[in-house]
Amino acid sequence: MKPFAAIIARDVRLALRSGGDWLTLVLFFVMVGIVVPFAIGPDRELLARLSPGIVWIAAFLSSLLGLDRLFRADHEDGTLLLLRAADLPMSLVVLAKVIAHWLLTALPLIAATPLLAVMLAMDMATFLKAVLSLLVGTPALVALGAVGAAVTVTIRRGGLIAPVLILPLAIPVLIFGVGAISTGPGPDQSGTALLLLAAISLIVAALSPLAAALAINSSED
Amino acid sequence: MIDLGPHAVFIVCAYLGVAAAIAALIGWRLVEARRVSARLAELEAGTPRKGTPT
Amino acid sequence: MSIESAPGENWWTRIAHPGQFVAWSRRLVLPLSIATVLLFALGLWFAFFNSPPDYQMGDTVRIMYVHVPTAWLSQFVYGVMAVSAIGTLVWRHPMADVSMKAAAPLGATFTALALYTGALWGRPTWGTFWEWDGRMTSTLVLLLIYLGIIALWRAFDDQLRAARIVAIFTLVGAVNIPIIKFSVDWWATLHQPASVFRLDGPTMPPSILTPLFIMVFAFTFLFLVLHLIGMHTEVRRRRVASLERRLAQKGAA
Repeated sequence: MKPFAAIIARDVRLALRSGGDWLTLVLFFVMVGIVVPFAIGPDRELLARLSPGIVWIAAFLSSLLGLDRLFRADHEDGTLLLLRAADLPMSLVVLAKVIAHWLLTALPLIAATPLLAVMLAMDMATFLKAVLSLLVGTPALVALGAVGAAVTVTIRRGGLIAPVLILPLAIPVLIFGVGAISTGPGPDQSGTALLLLAAISLIVAALSPLAAALAINSSED
Repeated sequence: MIDLGPHAVFIVCAYLGVAAAIAALIGWRLVEARRVSARLAELEAGTPRKGTPT
Repeated sequence: MSIESAPGENWWTRIAHPGQFVAWSRRLVLPLSIATVLLFALGLWFAFFNSPPDYQMGDTVRIMYVHVPTAWLSQFVYGVMAVSAIGTLVWRHPMADVSMKAAAPLGATFTALALYTGALWGRPTWGTFWEWDGRMTSTLVLLLIYLGIIALWRAFDDQLRAARIVAIFTLVGAVNIPIIKFSVDWWATLHQPASVFRLDGPTMPPSILTPLFIMVFAFTFLFLVLHLIGMHTEVRRRRVASLERRLAQKGAA
């Protein structure tokens, strides 16, 4: 367990020391939320109705934006090769990096959700549901992103391809993530959606480190 | 020509579109096959004339 | 196929060795092409001259004879790619790499055609080119996955390394497709309770099923022919690449 925690601690420390990348990501997340009202008009009712979708789109785009940094630096300076030689299986290394990445990129976004909630005229109940759904859903986004980052780690222009690969696969997360906040007209199914979102998150978090580790191992050969 | 009813345009468009796409696929595969085979023959004959990486 | 009856070791080298694979499968191309042409001729004759218009949809039912086969191929080709991906990852089978690469553009084309014919069918029957219903939406997502896979192939310079990476991604996609299908269905029923259209296979009259089956076979054979030709080209392309590399080394030395 110790090396596992050490990798998480190392990644978090490195990111915090090397400046405000995570702050930039939060800024981007909030900015997407700010830009939308300019695009669709300042109608509070409309904004409130669309807010679950807007919050999730913002989170979706921000998580794609930060993807490339998951493995690229470690690949370029050889850390990944060293980690392969470690006792820890590669899939656990990937899991540790995914957890660190989630702490660095998803948690700050969730912390910034109140800002969006105010600006998008969310009511209290919707806001709480949004936070809950982001908490449950973002691990799946980060874990899927890890597959995309691992698959493209040796490609120099991989930063562009990874989001294109991951976007269609992440559609279920988006559907159930928004569904867990509000399901529109008709009977309320947000509870079901939240459970399904949790199921997807668990499946993806369990399986994608294996796939990502396989990809890293076969591309570092 | 048989009578296709009021929606003949859609039917004809569907079939023409599919035919065009399939023709393009077949053409692409054949052109590609010919080009690669020609290049291979050229290389195996040992007289590469063009495209030799330096 | 007759290859199945050959003894194990021999059978394996015959599909695993690129040169031998091309040698024996080359002879299949011509008969398969002839079968494809005949099936298409028969299918089209049935589709236009020997099948009645549907009592509800009228003549637009004839679009189904190209729509259903392309939709079937859009999934079948992904299946072929997923099986090849397992071959690449588990047995490092060189022909599996080639098969994956040759299948991807075909799958993308057939998926795009399924969407195109679906839209042209939807306009007269539902009154709209595009409806966000479960089936169409998941086909669209499938198309996006195909395009992603093609982009991934093109991003690598070293095709041998690319194969394993693409294989991993193809399998990740294969695991995800059922989840996507389920979630999209859930989402679509949420927003529009009644399904607009159901294809109830067994209740279709035989006059429609006959041309449908023939066309499905015709399109499947077409895919097999194009896939084989693509695989042969890919084998040669790799040979060209290795010859060029050798030549460049000689030039540098």
